[in-house]
Amino acid sequence: MIVEFTLNGEAVRWEMPPDTKLLDALRVQGLIGTKQGCREATCGACTVLLNGRAVFSCALLLAQAQGGTVETVEGLGSVSDPHPLQRALVDASAVQCGFCIPGVLMSAKGLLDQDPNPSEGAIRRALNGNLCRCTGYVKIIEGVTLAAEEMRRRV
Amino acid sequence: MSLKVVGTSVRKVDGLALAAGGPLFVADEIPRHTLVGRALRSPHAHAEIVSIDVSAARALPGVYAALSHHDVPRVAITTAGQGAPEPSPYDTFILDKKVRYVGDPVALVAAETAEIAAAALKLIKVEYRPLPAILSIDAALAEGAPVIHDEPEAEMPIPVHYEPEKNICAFVDVASGDIEAAINAGDHVIDGTYEVHYAQHAPIEPHTCAGWLDQYGRLVLRTSTQVPFHARRITARALGLNVRQIRVIKPRVGGGFGTKQEVLLEPWVGALVLAAKRPVMIELDREEELVFSRTRHPQRVRMRTGYLADGALTGTYMEVHSNTGAYGSHGLTVMTNCGSKTLPLYRRGEVAFRGTTVYTNMPVAGAYRGYGGTQASFAQECQMDEIAQHLGVDPLALRQKLHIRQGEGSPAFAMLGEGKEGVEQIVQSCGLAECLKQGAEAIDWYGKRGKPGDGPIKRGIGMAALMQGSSIPEIDMASVTLKMNEDGSFNLMAGATDLGTGSDTVLAQIAAEVLGVSVNEMIVHSSDTDLTPFDVGAYASSTTYLSGEAARRCALKVAAQIAEVAAVELGCDAKAIHLEGGYAVGPEGRQISLARVGAISLYERNQHQIGATDSAISHSSPPPFAAHFVEVEVDTETGLVKVKKYVAAVDCGRAIHPALAEGQVEGSVANGIGYALTERFIFNEWGKVQNGNFGDYRIPSAEDMPELVTILVPTVEPTGPYGAKSVSEININGACPAIANAIYDAIGVRLRQTPFTPEVILDALDAKARG
Repeated sequence: MIVEFTLNGEAVRWEMPPDTKLLDALRVQGLIGTKQGCREATCGACTVLLNGRAVFSCALLLAQAQGGTVETVEGLGSVSDPHPLQRALVDASAVQCGFCIPGVLMSAKGLLDQDPNPSEGAIRRALNGNLCRCTGYVKIIEGVTLAAEEMRRRV
Repeated sequence: MSLKVVGTSVRKVDGLALAAGGPLFVADEIPRHTLVGRALRSPHAHAEIVSIDVSAARALPGVYAALSHHDVPRVAITTAGQGAPEPSPYDTFILDKKVRYVGDPVALVAAETAEIAAAALKLIKVEYRPLPAILSIDAALAEGAPVIHDEPEAEMPIPVHYEPEKNICAFVDVASGDIEAAINAGDHVIDGTYEVHYAQHAPIEPHTCAGWLDQYGRLVLRTSTQVPFHARRITARALGLNVRQIRVIKPRVGGGFGTKQEVLLEPWVGALVLAAKRPVMIELDREEELVFSRTRHPQRVRMRTGYLADGALTGTYMEVHSNTGAYGSHGLTVMTNCGSKTLPLYRRGEVAFRGTTVYTNMPVAGAYRGYGGTQASFAQECQMDEIAQHLGVDPLALRQKLHIRQGEGSPAFAMLGEGKEGVEQIVQSCGLAECLKQGAEAIDWYGKRGKPGDGPIKRGIGMAALMQGSSIPEIDMASVTLKMNEDGSFNLMAGATDLGTGSDTVLAQIAAEVLGVSVNEMIVHSSDTDLTPFDVGAYASSTTYLSGEAARRCALKVAAQIAEVAAVELGCDAKAIHLEGGYAVGPEGRQISLARVGAISLYERNQHQIGATDSAISHSSPPPFAAHFVEVEVDTETGLVKVKKYVAAVDCGRAIHPALAEGQVEGSVANGIGYALTERFIFNEWGKVQNGNFGDYRIPSAEDMPELVTILVPTVEPTGPYGAKSVSEININGACPAIANAIYDAIGVRLRQTPFTPEVILDALDAKARG
């Protein structure tokens, strides 16, 4: 089937089998920043934003993106031009193995888009679906807090 | 010595690339037309395969290979991923004619898609003859128990006790002296048995391995491994290839914690690639990762200790029964580490250790962060509290009185090695006293302890003191290669295996410090068996200590070569030159930039490649030390234990990168809390794990984590690079005992078995109420 949606700000038109998962569609199209950690909607490594909301892309069909907007880590920034969240997580030493980080970034972006000045509790709630085995979340939460400060300064 | 780079929290060299979501992990970048590899797994805990027929699977369109034990070399290996000869038994085959736990691989397929692979697995016909299954340590040792490893090939490659006909994977019995006399010399004797349970590492990236044949017909394996060189050697043995026919590439790895020391997928992928003549990738699914990869050895640890009325210990006998599951990976060494990573912590008088590791028809244990230290610290640190309670003294004060000091040794160091005798050691750096002091202040030990409160929710404070090691002495080796470019940058090639730990950054910092440059001048590559020099890999808390020392030595060689070139340019003696700020600086302020030195060396005069390789071996395993303190709330109505605050005060020598060192502490503590409270396997009566998913095997999430305070207590370890010791393993060991001790403080119930689930708490409260 053909699915048309906005991906990281650009209109795309993908033709794939109707049972294709959003996660697989993204990775087949080369957007491998979105990771597969469980395929059971329990680890959060595959988190993307669908219409601004953090979702597990392993649990959604590509078809559910029809007419919507999808944001992935590739849309955030790059090594040469990182998003404040990407820079802040690195500067906070929150990126250990980094496998969960794209999903963490998208959950954090979904939060900061709604609430530019979140409490620590709000950050923990927003990240609760993103399992990280390396950090104990301490530096991830520091990083998101740093990024929020930086983004508020920029506005 | 004023340090410029070491001791600073520079930006992690791969941080931005990871945060940008680039193609860094195995599954992110695979050759075109890579096939999907899958394993058929045993539904039985113990069975013979009477017959197996893969022909229908092989005939399915889109299937390129289907393999049973008939189709692969029958060579016994260990998957343990250790140096050679391994201290683990050769008791595993790529595929075998017997299955020994629920999940043991029976057949392998490679197909165009995951759907075809799944369909192919369904077409494989297997006839099993079920055998009685052994589902406990005691059942394994019972008279007349079924023999799990009755294959004639099973053997131990080193001369140690191995008795598979009795389901004994390993046995050790050592003593420093007359232990009975020593224990009985005490005014009191305490005899306690403590049990710890199964758990899994749960890296968010499961084991993943892609393989293909290159244009020269060599087998290339791009794999999420902690041990690229051991993976190459073991895969070569399993497939009947020469080491030279295999190249192992380790890209970024999505967490390991020990489970990726296991060489699980590489021989399978190799066998499938050779059969299919096409690239193949196997990615474990979450249940396979949680239950069918490797786990922590569950153990029963008995400690019998004699002590005087003033608290001094006269002797300790530690007896360990360890369950290695169906295969003996790390069965010996995790068990011996129970003693060597705990007993030296206190002045104990005489010590004796007796350990038995048994095979069962249960999930396979292996290396897991903490490596015996986790299991035995639970026993040791609970028992210390019990002794303190019996004597009516403060458990913190008792530890402060008894702990090992700088300049002291322990008979346990020499008594217990890893497959051979241990190495005598004198502790040359110990910040434990300061860890105990600062940690106690941070948790408000004296203010909060012994005040459970009146309501249904009781509060408690508990603690544990810990030690580990840094590398395996007289066994481990690490190497680093550096070469200089004409812009003054350096390629640093390390066999050391960054699996998210930050070792690429730490090695770059050490080399940059020696060469007087910033980390930005270091281009780090790890690891590729074709390109990077040998390193045993990421295990045994060795990378910073040992690979870091190799980086330092290598950089010193390179610095000397730079000085030779610079000396000619500056017209001085090479010995008069030092490197600083990107320059070679000579007498009277004369200097030349490293970029100029690089350009001269490659293009202009007496051209040669400035570069070197150097190695380091360890002669000792200096222990890091830690003191952990925890505040818990125990809900006496629901049984729920909630950790409110956790303080980890840690002596890891000089932290090369303090923020990354803190991150190691924080991640370990989180994992330890999960182990103590929620992470466990739920078995059915047939030995099948029922909860192989993150919904039911609960690792801590962001909202689960308490306030976590990390205190780094600096010391300088004279044998470590810039004074460094290890940090990554020790801090997983504290949560179980510290929480158990805090639960005792809260509700007066002594728990000697992990985990501390609500049912356990309620049962214990019931038992207490009944008296």
